Amino acid sequence: MLTLEIDGQRVTVEDGATVMDAAHRLGIYIPHFCYHKKLSIAASCRMCLVEVEKAPKPVPACATPATNGMRVWTHSPKAVAAQKGVMEFLLINHPLDCPICDQGGECQLQDLAVGYGQSAHCFSEPKRVVADKDLGPLIATFMTRCIHCTRCVRFLMEVGGYQELGQAFRGEHSEIMPFLEQTVRSEISGNIIDLCPVGALTSKPFLYRARTWELTRRRSVSPHDAWGSNVIVQSRFDQVLRVLPFEEESINECWLSDRDRFAYLGLDSTERLTQPLVKRGSEWVAVEWETALQVAVNRLNDVRAQEEGGRVAVLAHPMATVEELFLARTLAETLEGECDARLRQSSGRADSAREGAAWLNSTISEIAAFDGQWFLGSDLRRHLPLMAVRVRTAARRGAYLVAWSWVADEWRVPGLEWSLWTPATMGAALAKVALVVARRAGDDGALPRWVAEWAADAALSEEGTVALVQRLERCQRRRIWLGEGLLAHPQAAELEFLAGVVATRIGATVGWLVEGANAVGAAAVGANGAQSASELVAEPRAAYVLLHAEPEDFLVPQQAVEAFSRARTVVALSAFASASLRETADVLLPVTPFTETSGSFVNIEGRVQPFTAVVRPRGESRPGWRVLAALTTLLGREARFASTEAVRGAALREGWRERLATKPIARPPVGVPALERVEPAAVFRWYQTDPIVRRSTALAACTEEE
Amino acid sequence: MLSQEALARIDREIAKYPPGKKQSAVMAALRIAQEEHGWLSQEIISFVAEYLEMPPVAVYEVATFYNMFDLKPVGRYKITVCTNLPCALSGGEHAADHLKERLGIGFGETTSDGLFTLKEGECMGACGDAPVILVNNRRMFCRMTRERLDSLLESLRAESEEKGRR
Ligand code: SF4
Ligand code: FES
Ligand code: FES
Repeated sequence: MLTLEIDGQRVTVEDGATVMDAAHRLGIYIPHFCYHKKLSIAASCRMCLVEVEKAPKPVPACATPATNGMRVWTHSPKAVAAQKGVMEFLLINHPLDCPICDQGGECQLQDLAVGYGQSAHCFSEPKRVVADKDLGPLIATFMTRCIHCTRCVRFLMEVGGYQELGQAFRGEHSEIMPFLEQTVRSEISGNIIDLCPVGALTSKPFLYRARTWELTRRRSVSPHDAWGSNVIVQSRFDQVLRVLPFEEESINECWLSDRDRFAYLGLDSTERLTQPLVKRGSEWVAVEWETALQVAVNRLNDVRAQEEGGRVAVLAHPMATVEELFLARTLAETLEGECDARLRQSSGRADSAREGAAWLNSTISEIAAFDGQWFLGSDLRRHLPLMAVRVRTAARRGAYLVAWSWVADEWRVPGLEWSLWTPATMGAALAKVALVVARRAGDDGALPRWVAEWAADAALSEEGTVALVQRLERCQRRRIWLGEGLLAHPQAAELEFLAGVVATRIGATVGWLVEGANAVGAAAVGANGAQSASELVAEPRAAYVLLHAEPEDFLVPQQAVEAFSRARTVVALSAFASASLRETADVLLPVTPFTETSGSFVNIEGRVQPFTAVVRPRGESRPGWRVLAALTTLLGREARFASTEAVRGAALREGWRERLATKPIARPPVGVPALERVEPAAVFRWYQTDPIVRRSTALAACTEEE
Repeated sequence: MLSQEALARIDREIAKYPPGKKQSAVMAALRIAQEEHGWLSQEIISFVAEYLEMPPVAVYEVATFYNMFDLKPVGRYKITVCTNLPCALSGGEHAADHLKERLGIGFGETTSDGLFTLKEGECMGACGDAPVILVNNRRMFCRMTRERLDSLLESLRAESEEKGRR
């Protein structure tokens, strides 16, 4: 521990802390540009110069280690003179085009220039001009404004895992650029917009849309993956114009994935459904809510009267809120039907065979602390972009990381041992590992016969297997991750069992990388049944009620389309009227997306995160939970709630957490078929994961560029 | 893209650093590549990046930072004139102007016969002997008055003809 004095105040910090860290401890602000708490130290802008006793010259606070007995002045005349001098240098080549710059009003340079800038400076030569760069559909560049702090470069290198930008040339000719004819492909690239302290990097979709001070801002939770990133949604005149991260160290730190940041564009899709529609013959007719609900109820009652029980399925997208899913389940019970929110799981067998629901099985913060991690069947960089960030941190700390994937995309994790498999070859190899581990433990006799049969086909040598296992065993905290691809596999139950055989014998824990913002919430409120939604469309039901789900959201979209076309009736509660829904549904009820209703999600680590509406419901649309409650009531079961809080109270009862799994499937599922030669079933479709994401024009442009 | 011999030289450079630190050899690799290829094209830079397992932009940063690396084709003789302050105070600028006039080209340009390229350089550590000139990154000439510059050009021309005849 070191004790020093800053501006006359004493402070104690850990060894290795910088003067900047110590100042932050005291709440003293030192002006800076290149310094960022999450990035390495560059000390390139010199804005943070401070005076230190006995030092001949001012020193940069961000790069100067604190020492015992040090005396620092951050606002002494000498320090301020140095800071002003730096500001004058920074402004030499800066265009000062604030009136036409999108960063205006939220610009670090603008703010600090108010404090340290002069109205005139000594430099009278012409300013330089730098050509703009093409950084893809998300980021607009105005490179003349760049002050070469290299935050963007360091972010992509350190957090993004691959250096896509660099500082080329030298001195006055320096330019931030990607390699010739390349651009930025990081799945978290949007963060460099936030990091850029000037207006050199700005949001392309938001460009010239509004000034920051015109926007209304509300906190919310991102519904596009299971991470539950905290966001600030900014809007004007009831239109969402921008989504930014809300710093939450234990979830998204200060980052946001591009999907979370730019999906909001989908909210304004021309396909937005703003009125209840009923199909008469082949025509869609706009009707009042009363009528639409009555038509829906009549249709569902008809099906109920004619068919024996269990012929109606309520299928919900796992991005639906806790409240919606709870009421969806209530509706299904009222209809004596089934309910499910696992649109991309081939089968519900694994969930039924396991004790408890799939989830991360640790906190998000713990991920970086596992020093041995083995990923099975995940496309992590696209599935959970911010988990990939945490895994990169683990990599930096020297963790041993292995990924068996069936998507040809390495994750930009340094040192990751990545290999490509097919679902079938991975099944065989996993059986081999299980067999070898069990044999070593002397209990391979207890394994079911099929394990050895599967293992016979394995494209993995005995030595390779042993090496992998021993390497994992040398780690302190071992973790096996069951990826979203594995969970989608028809034989997910067997694969999970095999992973469990390995895990228990090498002392590893298992975590499940589930899909959907509220996948854990769906399990928590009991919205899933014995069969997964994919099975419920593979074996068609007489009627379907869809909640935020379009055929495109299912594992096999074509199967969903066929099931819905054949069904006697399909009632869709949706924010959008897609062509596929117009084709296959009979009643379209406009329900609000997450920005227009209150609700809550349970994220992958089991954290309940409530949020409120940001803007008013578009057109006639109503919150899904109200519509579901009304339908249920009309169908003859009282379901009246005053608010989402009230629904949540009923949905998440005391003790729901105990239903989260701690161990993988322990008993082998019965009736195991031969290892299926299935094609990669759940190849993760980038930027196709939910109705809002699919409609974001900017994200669509990114997919095209791929 | 590079000859076996060049690759062997690069491998020798890599071997000077601890395992897993291949990228430390980037300057040497670029130098060897430039010697063989004449200049550093985009393809060559990508090749070196792949060879050293570095992101191409990181190699590009190095290649653009040091002005002894040429990012465009150069003539048979690349003449680099130091124009940093000490040289500039002792006639560096005049030397550059003289060369420009004699060769009819500006900085970064090559004569139409492909013989000379003129480049602006940074301090070569010989300020006391200004003006300082470097030919092909290797041969240094000091106190370059107009006369000495003219005779240098002449001798380079003669040298080139000599080589051409052989
Ligand atoms: S573009 Fe922005 S973030 Fe990147 S170096 Fe320039 S000022 Fe810094
Ligand atoms: S913040 Fe310290 S030098 Fe930039
Ligand atoms: S300034 Fe020209 S050699 Fe030093």
